[in-house]
Order: sequence, then structure tokens, then C-alpha cells
Amino acid sequence: MSNPILQLKKIDKFYGPINQGFQAVKDVTFDVAKGDIIALLGSSGCGKTSTLRMIAGFEEVSRGGISLAGREVHMLPPAKRKVAMAFEGYSLYPTVTVRNNIAFALKSSGKSSTAVGKSVEEIAVMLEISEILDRYPSSISGGQQQRASLARALIRDADLYLLDEPMGQLEPQLRTLLRGRIKHYIKERGLTAILVTHDQTEANALADKIAVMEGGELQQYASPEEIKDAPANLFTGTFVGEPPMNVFAAKVTTASDALIFTLQDESDLSFPQAAFGETLRSRILAMGQVMLGVRPYAVRRHASGVQARVVANQWLGDQSHIAAEFAGGALVLVEHDRADVAEGSDIAVHFDPADLHIFDPTTGAAVSHGAKIAS
Amino acid sequence: MQQKSTLEQILRGVALACVIFFFMFPIFWILLMSFQTNETILRVPPSMVFEPTLTNYRSLISGTLEGSTATLEIKFMGNLWNSLFLSVTSVTVGLILGVPAAYAFAKLKFRGSEDIAFTLLSFRFAPPLLVLLPLTIYFQQLGLADTYFGLIWVYQLIVLPLILWIVRGYFEDIPSDIEYAYRIAGHGFWTTFRKIALPLAGPGIAAAGLLAFIFAWNNFIFALVLASADKQPVTVGALAFITAAGINYGQIAAGIMLSIAPTFALALYAQRYLVEGLSLGAVKG
Repeated sequence: MSNPILQLKKIDKFYGPINQGFQAVKDVTFDVAKGDIIALLGSSGCGKTSTLRMIAGFEEVSRGGISLAGREVHMLPPAKRKVAMAFEGYSLYPTVTVRNNIAFALKSSGKSSTAVGKSVEEIAVMLEISEILDRYPSSISGGQQQRASLARALIRDADLYLLDEPMGQLEPQLRTLLRGRIKHYIKERGLTAILVTHDQTEANALADKIAVMEGGELQQYASPEEIKDAPANLFTGTFVGEPPMNVFAAKVTTASDALIFTLQDESDLSFPQAAFGETLRSRILAMGQVMLGVRPYAVRRHASGVQARVVANQWLGDQSHIAAEFAGGALVLVEHDRADVAEGSDIAVHFDPADLHIFDPTTGAAVSHGAKIAS
Repeated sequence: MQQKSTLEQILRGVALACVIFFFMFPIFWILLMSFQTNETILRVPPSMVFEPTLTNYRSLISGTLEGSTATLEIKFMGNLWNSLFLSVTSVTVGLILGVPAAYAFAKLKFRGSEDIAFTLLSFRFAPPLLVLLPLTIYFQQLGLADTYFGLIWVYQLIVLPLILWIVRGYFEDIPSDIEYAYRIAGHGFWTTFRKIALPLAGPGIAAAGLLAFIFAWNNFIFALVLASADKQPVTVGALAFITAAGINYGQIAAGIMLSIAPTFALALYAQRYLVEGLSLGAVKG
């Protein structure tokens, strides 16, 4: 990323006095390349909205700096940052129609009224709000207000588009449809956008890169594939992915040509040493204790596997979620066909060493993904 | 609308009539008095049958009071003008000072903002007489006693806290994100205040202004102590009708009718705003 359009440099946010108040954002640093869509993903209170509002200029940056398109913007008022934003609470101007809400910024930018009218019609068609353009915000539904607010942001000519939970109020069908259209709209024009969401499907579908946040800290900043295949730590591993990753504590020992992971109930998972590289093997052995993670999709039923007892078997119409008691904890596995296992019955589960994610139990940092050592 | 039984409707009607009678009868009686002479007013038992006369109004407007023994000069019309001038100017000053302050208290939380806002409100707690004694001395030393300027200043004690607290509630009700949405679209702080915050708080500002006007108009004690005859509002001026030769009830009644007319008209005209202003702004704020 040679020429990022947006750079966040060691951003801290304190509510209250610096170093004493509540710290909502801790030392967050990342770059955004021009034309990329970035998703800030995390649960409520993880600092994603605070980060977004600091970029917009509604919250002061307690420490650190933000540069946008080569300008140091963190001391500038919002009006001077050339940023557009769609608000989670929509925040439409109640006294004017939806059409004027959308056109507001364009009008004051000095474009001709026919050009503005045309852009408004276009974006309204894209977001399916053509019929409500002449209504007032108070008379339309939450989903419609949200789309109007989105239109008001996307229609502008800005260096950066900030979208705070832009599709939270929409029905699932519409959400899927608009996701595609919005992505196309942004990509076609080469716009740069940051999207705040707690919906990982949305993040995966829209974003080129995802910034996973928790407790005010940036946990991982990578492409959706990389976050799935190589989560940087236990948090990202268990937070991203539906259903979440299965995690077990294990003790590592070695016997002849096998690497043995002893789980909490003393059952053993034995893998050939060759499945792990030389360096990785010695590192895991030196640690003694590890956390083993395996995605539900990677768990297979196989006669040679370890015993588990089924506690629930749900057919979701396109896949089965089987929950089982395993090694003193719970294990979830996903199968693509209807699985013929009854509650209370015993199954044998098998893991492929290539699907194992190993984490450091004290720091939570990833050690390896399959045979690959985590960087 | 819910269906109501006939009995319920009748009871409601009776209850409403009682309330209206209770509050409106005194005003109605004063209206009758204003068209009578002292003799018919003081009849025992009182009667609603009399020959209406306009002498009370005529003498108020012409400024001469025909007593039984002598002719007295009164400045009722001057007082009315004083009331109007003092109230309008006070409310205008109060709005100019109070609305931006209310915005600051509502939106820009700064150190001590709650304390300052409460201190301003607490001016309304103190009995006016307590404030007046030292104030009179200061005003005499500063040369502010018996000036319109001084009176308008003191009237701020009445109107400013009222405007501040009602309007503040309205500003607090405006989601900050609406202002942010406007600001991020390239508008500065002041433009946003003018174009977004002020219009959205408009009904509240109107209500606060009207209420403050009524309170200022009805004020008695400040003007009584701090103003001499030529600067007195009607509330104080009405005292002139209590003369050595007796109390001129007819003129007092006519004076009351003239002096409540503006506020009465205002209240009728802006009823909706007043109710909204009190129930939305002040209670929530």
C-alpha cells in the first residue's frame, strides 16, 4: 500500500481526561488504500463507532493523528474534512422532504438544479426509494429513512464515505440486494468507504479488508479470507465465523512419531509429527499448553475419531448444525446434508491437522494455522 | 375516539363548566364592573342589571379622573405603553442572551455547565423582595434606578431563567447527529446553529418568549420599587386609582381589562405553543 488515502496513526480516545477517563480506543493504527471498502467489525462498545466519529470529526482525537488525502485532518472541523457520512440513527432533516434531504449538500456545492435532480433520481432508483422522495422523514419507515440517509451520504462528492451500520434496519432480502448495488456503486466510482458493522456477513460481502476491533484495540486488519483462514488471535478466531470456532485447551506431548494433544477429559488427539513442520513442532512442545481451534466446517465424523455425544441436531434447510459434548466442553460441527444422528447418540469426530489453529493460551496470539506458522 | 356513555358526557360537561366558571367568573365580573359607576358596583346585594357606561374607559384614555371632589390626572395610557415597552424589550434581550446560552448548556457540555445553569434558575427561587433591597442601593449608586435600562436589566431576572430552561430542553431534544449531518456536509458551526438548531427549536423559543412576555408584563414588585411614575407599568400604575377620596372600582376594572387584553389575546392566539412549551420543554429539561 504505497499511497494510502487515509492513515490512522496511533489513535487513542479517552472519554474524560487523558489517561484517567474511559479509554474507548487504544493505539489504533491502520491505512486505507484509495478505492477500498473497509469494514470496522466488532461487538457493541468495541470502539468502532468512536473510531468512525473521530475520522468524521465529531469526537476529538485524544492522541495520535489522522491524515486524509494528504491532509492532516484530525484538528480540522468536520466541515473541512471532505467526508460524507451515513448515520446509524439516520438523522434526516425533519423539516424537508426526502428529496431535499438527499439534495441538500449537492445544492450548496453549486451544481445546477437539473444535475442535482438527476443524481437524486438515480440514487433513489438504486436504493429503492423513488416512491417516497416527496414524503417527509417522519412519515416513512425506519428502513426507508435509513436508505434516505445512505443516499444523502453516497450522493456527495467526498474523499471518504463513512457508513455507520448502514443496513441495520433493512429486511434480509432487501439487504442482500442493496449490498450488491452499493458495492457496485462504490467500486464503479472508485470511492473509498469505511463501514461500521457488527454483522460479519455484511463485512464479508462488502469489504476488501476487515478491521476487527475489541476492547478498543485493533485485533486484526486483513482481507476477509485471511481473517477466516488465519485469525491473528483467539478473539478474531472465535468472533468471525458462523457458527463460531470450537476451542479446546490441550496439553502437548510427543510419542515416537506422533504429536499428542491431551484434552481436558484425558482423551488424546494424535497426529503424525510430519503434519507439523520441525520449527513449529519444537515451539508447540516448548509451550506445553496450547489452545486448539477448529472451525465447525472442518470437523468430520469418521470411525477412527474421538468419541462425542450429540446434544442437539438442527437442520437449517441447507445445512445441519450438530452440537456435541466433547472433551469436557462443547463442539459444533456443520454438515451439508441432513445428518442422521439422534440426540444422545455417540459419534466419532475427526480433525485434519491442516485445519487446526493453535493459539498461545496466555496471550491468545495465534501460533499456527495448519502447518503454517503464524507471523 | 372512544365511545362514551351519555352520562359520562354530561358529567364531563358539568365538570368543564365548573372549571371554566371558577377561572373565568372573576374576569367576567371585572368586565361587568368596568362598565359601571362606583354606585352600581357597590350596591348591596350586587346585581347584574345596570346601565352600562363608558366613562371609566373614557377617563382612562383621556387621562383625567373625575372624582367626586376634584379632578385627578392619571397616566394610564403612559403606563400601558411602559408595560409594552418594558416587556417587549426585556423578552428581546432575554432571547438574544438566553437562546445561545441555552444551546451551550444543552449541547456543549463544559466544566461547570450544570452548576451555572442551576444558579441561573435559582434566581427564580429567591423572594424578589430579598433581592430588591440591596439592588435598590446598588442601582441608586450606579444611577440605574428609575431608568428603562435598569428596569430591563432587572427584568432579566424574570425572563432569562425561564427562556434558558425551556429552550434548553428543546435543544436537548434535537439529536446531535442531525447537526453533525449538516456540518459534515460542509457547513460551519454558526451556519448549523442558524439553519438547523434554531428552526428545530422554533416552537420552544416561541413558547418561551410568550411565557416570558406574560411574566414580565405581570411583574409588579420590581417596577414598584425601582421605577417612578413616568416609567411605571400598568401593574403599578393601577395603584393610582386608590385615591384619598376613595377607591375607584370602575376605573380599576377598566384598567385591568385594558392591561390584561394584550396578554389575554396573546395567550389565546398562541395557546398551543404555550402548552407545548411548558409540557415538553420545561418538564423534560
